[in-house]
Amino acid sequence: MEVKPPVPQVPAPVWTEFKDLQEWEKYHQERSDGDKTSNTLAAIADSIHHMPGGWIVTTSTEKIFNWARKSSIWPVTFGLACCAIEMMATFASRFDVERFGMVPWASPRHSDLMIVSGTVTIKMAPMLKRIYEQMPDPKWVVSMGSCANSGGPFRHGYHVVKGVDRVVPVDVYVPGCPPTPDSLMYGLLKLQEQVAEFQTTGKRATATTTA
Amino acid sequence: MSLAPAAAADLIRQTFGIEPRVEDRLVTVPLAREQWPDFGRFARETLGCLYLNFLSAIDWKAEGIEVICRVENLATGVAVMMRTKLGAGELRCPTLVDVWAGANWMEREAFDMFGLTFDGHPDLRRLLLGDNWELGPPLRKDFVDSGHVPYR
Repeated sequence: MEVKPPVPQVPAPVWTEFKDLQEWEKYHQERSDGDKTSNTLAAIADSIHHMPGGWIVTTSTEKIFNWARKSSIWPVTFGLACCAIEMMATFASRFDVERFGMVPWASPRHSDLMIVSGTVTIKMAPMLKRIYEQMPDPKWVVSMGSCANSGGPFRHGYHVVKGVDRVVPVDVYVPGCPPTPDSLMYGLLKLQEQVAEFQTTGKRATATTTA
Repeated sequence: MSLAPAAAADLIRQTFGIEPRVEDRLVTVPLAREQWPDFGRFARETLGCLYLNFLSAIDWKAEGIEVICRVENLATGVAVMMRTKLGAGELRCPTLVDVWAGANWMEREAFDMFGLTFDGHPDLRRLLLGDNWELGPPLRKDFVDSGHVPYR
């Protein structure tokens, strides 16, 4: 049997053609076969849902997908300040967040969760936003500690973003200065509860707080 | 060279006609703006203050901005605090980069935080604040925290 090599549809971009990473990203988003969210799958799911008895199929598959999503949340390692020390302790063996399927990953492109652990300065905010945009959907953000929640003790500083929710949307706020690993773990479990409610439409879950 | 703080104060009094204040090993010298680079060279070459501790500024509101600089002779322990009031509304000061190379970044920081211009500085640009900073020098007393919301 003859095996034909795959024919590339689009010439692979040469890195030297691009001045910077942002230009390269823009090229990939705008190319015809680029990273675009397809509506086809959503339309198929919607039509199955409206068939007689179809909702049993869609709701149960949704449950399975959400279970899979919440059971392997990979946080990107994004330490900003002293909260990062507690975050590292949470990742390490004593508190062992891997029990919940969370693997701290050193790349935003493979991650589902960003734990903003520390003070966000006005100078850092564009980088934070960029890392958030580099993460594939669906993605979540945990704001860890007083600084990320509201600016904390540095709120009246000239260079501090007064809460990371002014830069990226936040799902769970963990209070504390810094929060203990137990608090962060509680916040992560709360996030898992939210992810279990996540819908295939991509909408965020409505508030289901019980505590 | 081994100069006691009192001897250093005498030398300053003879050379510049200024009455310095001596506290323990610290000699505080209030200077006129024109004397700033000359005194810096004097402190380095005659008093042997090779080490520049820091250079910063204070905003005295109506009286204007005061530039302060502490230099030390690490061998004898004599420290000299140079201070000069620029006067109300005055933002120009002679540079000390040609005396102590370490003054380069300290003056860039003062440029960033107080909006001071150092005449003769080889590379006066922002050091700490972002390139798109638009709220004015943040360590001036008239700076107000505007609750500036970046992004969104």
